[in-house]
Amino acid sequence: MSERHSITLTLNGTVISAKVDARTHLADFLRQHLRLTGTHIGCEHGVCGACNVMLDGRSARSCLMLAVQADGAVIETVEGLTASGIIADLQQEFVARNALQCGYCTPGILMTATELLSRTQPNRAEIRDALSGNYCRCTGYHAIVDAIEAIATRRAEAAS
Amino acid sequence: MKAPIFTYRRPDDLDGALALLADHAGEAQVLAGGQSLMPTLNMRLSSPGMLVDINRIASLRGIADRGEAIRVGALVRHAEVAESSLMAARIPLIALAMPHVAHMAVRNRGTTCGSLALADPSAEMPAVAVALDARIVLNKRGATRTVSARAFFQGLYQTARDDDEMITEILFPVARKNQIFGFAELSRRHGDFATVGVAVRARHIVGALDDLSVVFFGSEPAPLLSPGARDIILAADCTDTTLADAARAMTADMEPMDNQQGRGETKRKQAAVLLQRTLRDMLGRARIRSSDV
Repeated sequence: MSERHSITLTLNGTVISAKVDARTHLADFLRQHLRLTGTHIGCEHGVCGACNVMLDGRSARSCLMLAVQADGAVIETVEGLTASGIIADLQQEFVARNALQCGYCTPGILMTATELLSRTQPNRAEIRDALSGNYCRCTGYHAIVDAIEAIATRRAEAAS
Repeated sequence: MKAPIFTYRRPDDLDGALALLADHAGEAQVLAGGQSLMPTLNMRLSSPGMLVDINRIASLRGIADRGEAIRVGALVRHAEVAESSLMAARIPLIALAMPHVAHMAVRNRGTTCGSLALADPSAEMPAVAVALDARIVLNKRGATRTVSARAFFQGLYQTARDDDEMITEILFPVARKNQIFGFAELSRRHGDFATVGVAVRARHIVGALDDLSVVFFGSEPAPLLSPGARDIILAADCTDTTLADAARAMTADMEPMDNQQGRGETKRKQAAVLLQRTLRDMLGRARIRSSDV
């Protein structure tokens, strides 16, 4: 039997408590225990980026972190970011530019873009560099870079 | 796949962690950033009986200026190192190497000390530590010792660390005014594991570079400090032929591994090209600097 631990964390703005197996990683906890299936699992060893979530304001692989380690953390998934509306512009731009086809990688890419856009107004090279940690097997990335760049420009204009 | 069953402990202080490592030596594994450990658990390539999560140990946090050296604690993430203006100003080689380390989400969790403890042959930070001759501080219950990075890496995933020890901090020596650095690597995707790479430290004297520390990584079982490089002096205006000869002499020290990324001999040639480019770039920067004087 795997030992179980009690955890309390802030998930998408709500404080939740749960008991988790020591060996359960955060992505499985989100998907299987909480039924928050917006966070996707691709490779389960940190390469593909589909499982990215926001951990204390920065992107992190939820497959490379134990659920028990999330004790005390502030975590946001694509469900939370969507409900809050703070990435609505980005999501609409992804739709408008066909920056997704099957959409499997999209939640993870939205996390990467969220962190990137929160720090700087990135240029295309910086966007491509950040996206090097996310695999998309459909789009060829061009439309994704376009969408993120468009939002970077629009947010900068709105701020000035 | 899913991780095997293990016991999870999260001590609040270093003594607690060292006690667990002492009482469960060989069975307990330190969990810091987990960016390499967790994949091995998920793929069932490793099955430690216990994980000792050090993330709550406040004394292991932080980058600190210690005068001659910068201290990087065991909980300092790659992202913190990359964003540190202190590190960028005082240890230029780290600033050159850090953009090659993994991807943003992995840099946010992965630790620099953890990268050294694992000693993955394709990792950048071990090579940087060897090039700079950094000091690695190892603690176990009741004892502390400091090991030179040049003695720490002993082979493929093999280090001088004992099972009951953990790295608590690294001391990176700050660059002297007359030192100049270079870094380059070859990888299939930016941020991925390096096929081959070079990290270089040199002394800038009038019209030349000498006292070269050239480290090859990715292709070797462990970061390799070229013994031949020390005696090479490169004139600032040396020809491409001279540079190619020097690079060939230094890459003769390599013992590159054959693997799915290529034959060892291919990597030796790739390393020579990387080294020539890096040295040419360094010579260019040295020339700009001397014209300033």
